[in-house]
Amino acid sequence: MRKALEGSQAIAQTVALCRPQVVAAYPITPQTHIVENIAKLVANGKMECELVSVESEFSAASLVLGAASAGSRTYTASASQGILLMSEVLYNIAGLRIPMVMTCANRAISAPLSIWNDQQDSMAVRDAGWIQLYCSDNQEAVDTTIQAYRISEATELPVMVCMDGFTLTHTLEPIDIPDQKMVDTYLPPFNFSRALDPLKPTSVGTLVSPDHYSEARHSHHHALLDAINEIVAADTDWQQLSGRSAGSLLSVDGPADAHIGILTLGSIFGTLCAARDTFTELPATKLIKLRSYRPFPVDALRQACSELTDLIVLERALSPGFGGIVSSEVQAALTHMASEVRVHSFAVGLGGRDMPLEIYRKLHKQVEVAVPAPFSIIDVELEKLSAEDHGTGAATN
Amino acid sequence: MNEDTQTVTPETLMQLRKNQPRFEGLESGHRACLGCGEALAARLVTEAAGPDVMIANATGCLEIFTTPWPESAWRLPWMHSLFENTGAIAAGMEAALKAQGKPTKVLAFAGDGGTFDIGFQSLSGMLERGHNVLFVCFDNEAYMNTGIQSSSSTPHAAMTTTSPPGSARMGKQNLKKDILSIVAAHHIPYAATASVAYPSDLRKKIRRAMEIEGPTFIQIHSPCPLGWGHDGADSIKVARLAVQTGLFPVIELESREMIGSMPIRNPKPVTDYLVLQQRFRHLFQQGDVRAIEELAHIQALADHNIKHFKLRGEGMDAQDSDGADTVCRGGMRWA
Repeated sequence: MRKALEGSQAIAQTVALCRPQVVAAYPITPQTHIVENIAKLVANGKMECELVSVESEFSAASLVLGAASAGSRTYTASASQGILLMSEVLYNIAGLRIPMVMTCANRAISAPLSIWNDQQDSMAVRDAGWIQLYCSDNQEAVDTTIQAYRISEATELPVMVCMDGFTLTHTLEPIDIPDQKMVDTYLPPFNFSRALDPLKPTSVGTLVSPDHYSEARHSHHHALLDAINEIVAADTDWQQLSGRSAGSLLSVDGPADAHIGILTLGSIFGTLCAARDTFTELPATKLIKLRSYRPFPVDALRQACSELTDLIVLERALSPGFGGIVSSEVQAALTHMASEVRVHSFAVGLGGRDMPLEIYRKLHKQVEVAVPAPFSIIDVELEKLSAEDHGTGAATN
Repeated sequence: MNEDTQTVTPETLMQLRKNQPRFEGLESGHRACLGCGEALAARLVTEAAGPDVMIANATGCLEIFTTPWPESAWRLPWMHSLFENTGAIAAGMEAALKAQGKPTKVLAFAGDGGTFDIGFQSLSGMLERGHNVLFVCFDNEAYMNTGIQSSSSTPHAAMTTTSPPGSARMGKQNLKKDILSIVAAHHIPYAATASVAYPSDLRKKIRRAMEIEGPTFIQIHSPCPLGWGHDGADSIKVARLAVQTGLFPVIELESREMIGSMPIRNPKPVTDYLVLQQRFRHLFQQGDVRAIEELAHIQALADHNIKHFKLRGEGMDAQDSDGADTVCRGGMRWA
């Protein structure tokens, strides 16, 4: 049944349907509403779990790691500085191949301090070895959370469900929360084969010499690559059950013969759809929504881009001193195609900067140039900066 | 004598012992140094705790020397995650076991760095939230695994590689942190110190903590021959002297109140303890007035402990610092 729910509220209700036994809670804007809503469900007897209010994000991640290692399904959520604080644990969880799900309510990173949305936080832990799934709306976030448990437990890899802070977490949308029976059918109880057990004592997290470290990394890398199959299957099965896809590895929206594409992660997809419908005079455009960022779906992306001449990558983070993070990977993935795709790389909406529909028109202008311009941040108002901070070759967009 | 009672001969006694072996949670064959106090302490703890436990182990010597992949010396479910999160890992295990309705007790093992310093926050959180976890700190008074660096447990004036004595310094400048009081201030039901030199006292405390539902803490003074600079064969002697001089008070607290202590029969001068260890050798430099001053400081610390914790014993006591764990005709048996 569709109900008007705030994103965080919907996520809390969805988490409850997944029946985690241990939940670690720690506040950070814009994630806080999720754990608050879980606490309410627990307080009202609508959710049965060990809810632990920890003393930091570092301990939130550690606590769910201990709990999952002891065989329980777990949940936690964080954002921004919290993700950075727990980053050491995130690598550890993934390296130990412990299944769990967490939500990242995407937010910018300090300094300068910003509580508003971009995706620098989850990008900063891109290489932690987690599966990362980006959601473009709250329905996707709900469906992805349920799928994430199944993917995680099938692949023995942790899954981070990324949803844009405020834009999704604090926005009321009509959302269909599936019923308990449907979720139970889809998601069997967690049965972790490597759970710590006094009757079958094992040692976890041992010291590994150079003789074995490369092999451990190899198997972790390939487990992530192979997780592509499970991500697809989890979405297909969920679609059969609920009638909804949450976006599989990536999804393409727009005419098949379009030569221009725009690739994004997260909620900006909705803005672009609205812009495309507004500026109908502009050339036909394929909008590509990359849901699975790790593992990176190279084959699916190449297929989605096979008819394109130009692909604009719009991302919500950057690697200072280089430029686009996602765009550089996209460019690498699209090499040696039958026909070359020109990749245009932009960061947008940093630290909560508004992304008006007008951006769509600006992007189309960029495609007209003979050679793609180097990476830039859209909408930088140079007049706000002193002359020495303008940078050489900085272009106003 | 009852007819059913068999006469126990040395042979049948051996057989009985074989049939009922002592539980060993930590096997021999690990890679600890000769005379390692921590290895001995960990064996004693796991023996006393029994098989129905789950261990969260901080990064450190104990983790390194027991689990070089693909080998492991543990016969217990054991997990090492990171250096500073042992309290939180243990808390998570406990929450999971609670949710699953299992009675298994969670133990957390950390060195002094993983307890006093980097692991302190997660330890504090675990204590405050009241998780049913026994946290054991193997206190060897420095970062030994990384090569003897100063921690907040390192005693005053001790030499470490980051507190070397020189013309402008006399080893570590600050005092050893009073972790037991800080831990007890979390209103936990039981917190105690123990020493590897007194295994029966140590076992008794572990068993006591195991019976308590809630967070408990035991700090075990564990000599490190390499880091302290003494002969491996002298570990027990050195550890006993730490107690006998009053430098390491062996005490028990219940909800912050002291409920017991190991009395010191005849307090020995701190120099008896210090002189055996290379980490204090700069305090025995002839003609260095600073050394004389520091020795006086350390003696004053020991005197203060004895007075503050009322450690001075009254005559002969089988459980005091000289009587406990000694074998003497007609003496007390091991607990």
